[in-house]
Amino acid sequence: MSDQIDQAMDSDEPLPLDPLPLDSWHRAQGARMVPFAGYEMPIQYEGIVAEHTWTREHAGLFDVSHMGQLLLSGEGLDAALEAILPIDLSTLKVGQQRYSLLLDENGGVLDDLMVSRWPDALYLVVNGATKWDDIATLREHLPDEITLQHLDEQALLALQGPKAADALARHVTGEHPLSALTFMKFGRYTLAGHAVTIARAGYTGEDGFEISLPASAAEDIATLLCGEPEVKPIGLGARNSLRLEAGLPLYGHDLSPETSPVEAGLVFGINKRRRTEGGFPGAGRINREIAEGTARKWVGLKIEGRLPAREGAEVFAGADLVGTVTSGGFSPTLGQPIAMAYVASAQAAPGTLLEVEVRGRRLAATVSPTPFVPHRYYRGS
Amino acid sequence: MPRYFTDEHEWIDVEDDLATVGITDYAQSQLGDIVFVELPAPGTAVEKGKDAAVVESVKAASDVYAPITGEVTEANPALEEDPALVNTSPEEDGWFFKMTVADPSELEGLMDEASYQEFVAKL
Repeated sequence: MSDQIDQAMDSDEPLPLDPLPLDSWHRAQGARMVPFAGYEMPIQYEGIVAEHTWTREHAGLFDVSHMGQLLLSGEGLDAALEAILPIDLSTLKVGQQRYSLLLDENGGVLDDLMVSRWPDALYLVVNGATKWDDIATLREHLPDEITLQHLDEQALLALQGPKAADALARHVTGEHPLSALTFMKFGRYTLAGHAVTIARAGYTGEDGFEISLPASAAEDIATLLCGEPEVKPIGLGARNSLRLEAGLPLYGHDLSPETSPVEAGLVFGINKRRRTEGGFPGAGRINREIAEGTARKWVGLKIEGRLPAREGAEVFAGADLVGTVTSGGFSPTLGQPIAMAYVASAQAAPGTLLEVEVRGRRLAATVSPTPFVPHRYYRGS
Repeated sequence: MPRYFTDEHEWIDVEDDLATVGITDYAQSQLGDIVFVELPAPGTAVEKGKDAAVVESVKAASDVYAPITGEVTEANPALEEDPALVNTSPEEDGWFFKMTVADPSELEGLMDEASYQEFVAKL
């Protein structure tokens, strides 16, 4: 027996790998550690399906300290960053967070990221596997007046699920009550005596939080939160199945320099003013695609039966090859295989009947609206 | 009846010239929640160390190799209905397939239960 395909994990990376701040804590919780994004990370504790279901029903704590946390400051910062990202910073107020994209000159995706406005700085969260390249790209294109600080002494924990707010509210005090923090807002809080920033966001489709905290406090805070009856630690395996059900892209699989954000359905990441004004890498192609459409689109597929179709599986309409799966797996919530694929735009309408080939076998698939499982973000009561 | 183990975590029970093949408890615990098992059809010729079946867990697809050379005589019909049997009863009800034993000498290179447990303890 041998692992043949390892969709969520980049398991061909050489050991030894850097330990993250919670390394020994994960092991003490019974985690199985795997190489991911240059670190050893927990893929699961008690099992992917149990952890997945727990997060959908209660709350799960995810260690995402591998991600890059960057702080930009300096004179002329907004204009300097707008030359690199297709974001409209004039509408990003203090306390707000927004999704954005790092694009190359052809409009291909180098990374997807979050940008938040702090009172005197912009805070970015970028993917772990791409953070060193991102830092190099930013340093190359930002003028000297802008300071880029890599907050590598900060850990990042995500608390996700319908009970996340209840569990977290018991331990935080801050400038606003947690209930005032709606989806894609952030604030400064004190958590177990430590200064932290908390964003109401995540990667599961559930209500939840991303907590940036000093690495030295990570064990204390993880132990404290997992001491709450609603909270269990959750590994990368369930993180992947949860984000797939939520229809969210995974960089390096669903997004790459070979894909444009328009075909990926991420036009909301190209802010309105920037579509007319341009002035960001790849603007020509991006704005042309927004106006004229793309040859292919990134869509959800529901697959009949129980056999999952994974990254690389080919998609057919009759005899014609019309696309490729970029992420796929078994949905614990729906009890059936689901996938995301780039398919020819003519075949991309919801309800279109297609076939996916897995090891020579054709599986019936239907183009499905995403998210597969409805988002339950907290937008205020 | 003697049970043998491979270093790829398959087990094989041998009774006269017929064998039953499955994956070990260690293997299923490593794979996690199993959602689909693709089994060889009766009549398929399998070769020692070569692909014979595929296990799909929530996490990944994994090959299962034939511990010995022979011909498949039966695939476990219960796994079609309930692939999770491989998680709950890997070394009994969750067997994969039965096969003929083409060359009994191939069994000599396999581990017995005690050696396998020792092997797993070192992983």
